[in-house]
Amino acid sequence: MATDIIIHDQKDNVGVVVIEKITPKQDCKCWIMENDSSVNIQSMDEIPLGHKIAMIDLKEGDTILKYGHDIGKVVKAIKKGEHVHVHNVKTKKW
Amino acid sequence: MEIPKSFLGYKRENGRAGTRNHVIILPVDDISNACAEAVANNIKGTIALPHSYGRLQFGADLELHFRTMIGTGSNPNVAAVIVIGIEPKWTKRIVDGIAKTGKPVEGFHIERTGDIGTVMKASKKAQEFVMWASEKQREECPISDLWISVKCGESDTTSGLAANPTVGNLMDKLEPLGVHLCFGETSELTGAEKVCATRGATKEASDKFMKTWSSYNDFILKEATDDLSESQPTAGNIAGGLTTIEEKAFGNFQKIGNCKFVDVLEPAEEPKKGKGLYFMDTSSAAAECVTLQAAAGFNIHLFPTGQGNIVGNPIEPVIKLTANPLTVKTMGEHIDCDVSKILSREMNMSQAGDELIKTTLRVANGRLTCAEALGHREFVMTKLYRSA
Repeated sequence: MATDIIIHDQKDNVGVVVIEKITPKQDCKCWIMENDSSVNIQSMDEIPLGHKIAMIDLKEGDTILKYGHDIGKVVKAIKKGEHVHVHNVKTKKW
Repeated sequence: MEIPKSFLGYKRENGRAGTRNHVIILPVDDISNACAEAVANNIKGTIALPHSYGRLQFGADLELHFRTMIGTGSNPNVAAVIVIGIEPKWTKRIVDGIAKTGKPVEGFHIERTGDIGTVMKASKKAQEFVMWASEKQREECPISDLWISVKCGESDTTSGLAANPTVGNLMDKLEPLGVHLCFGETSELTGAEKVCATRGATKEASDKFMKTWSSYNDFILKEATDDLSESQPTAGNIAGGLTTIEEKAFGNFQKIGNCKFVDVLEPAEEPKKGKGLYFMDTSSAAAECVTLQAAAGFNIHLFPTGQGNIVGNPIEPVIKLTANPLTVKTMGEHIDCDVSKILSREMNMSQAGDELIKTTLRVANGRLTCAEALGHREFVMTKLYRSA
């Protein structure tokens, strides 16, 4: 039942790494909390515990969904499996 | 799990119950700290609550100062209070406010006596109070006597995934038993404010929340010199994987479970609408927020953390929980409840909620929190604007 990545909501386009880290080209198990389902993804980057991975390709201007809600905008294109953080996503507030 | 219906608390004169039995030495103002600390040093078992303000404040800021002082002294975790101020008038106003609870309280002012004479007089009274309080026994109190406040800090994505929803699970289980609950952190709901507003129990509560949030947000926009990216999320949040304030807000919001808030409180305002969940307009800085919640009468605090916030409070025990296994490993002495097994799916949310309920009741019954054992007594007054 162990998982490498947890996704809050089925609508989310990012997941959260819940093991110490994932490494490039790692085949990761993902658990979607909302409907208790599983998916797999291959990582592109090394991503530490608590950091996010893109579940799909995202282009500049796209909205990041987590908890099923808008948590910010993509400012630099992100490929599926890449690390999602302050270098490619910004707030829509303030 | 069957939830215990009672805990062992200290019954107070006004019908409330405390989880602690402190005798506090409360300075009215910054310049009375030395006196208050000298008294607490003389008389073992008392605690001084030094702080930085209380002079030349005015208007709403002064009212908040009095509300925080009087509320702190009135908290049921406090058995008796010594108030020390430079001048008689403000000292008396605080003494009179606390006296309404029926608990022993006495004030001393330093002008025309000096520090040494005041310390002597106040120490004699403090000794009398602490020896009287030491005979108080814990008695069985209904679980509805628990007033539980919550605030998260040094959050990361594990907070939103697991530690905060654990608190939400506890709220969902304890709310029907008649407890009072309180969450705050106005600025850290930014991004989730519209969703939060829908959780008002009445339209009035929802409208009041949006008004409070908008006013705080306007203030932040007015004072901000940049996009606040240096403050929100914090460097600790970003290290933990949180990218934006919206992400932090939706994580934060998990703490209230499925509960609806019955009213919106001013900072340090005591709830007046009976049992249930309240939102309080507070800063998101940990010590300021907990100080305000304690001043509103909350007697036990739940503090989920991701990267490892270490805050405590002198009168309200602060229980830390985390789901981050690295925080448990590297800062274990700060963590009262470890729910990191949620991430490895060895524990579900309901089991984690039950664990937190057990920890909460043990602490309510007298077990020291990590923050208490480590001497964390952060007492930080909120100041609204510059003094005159």
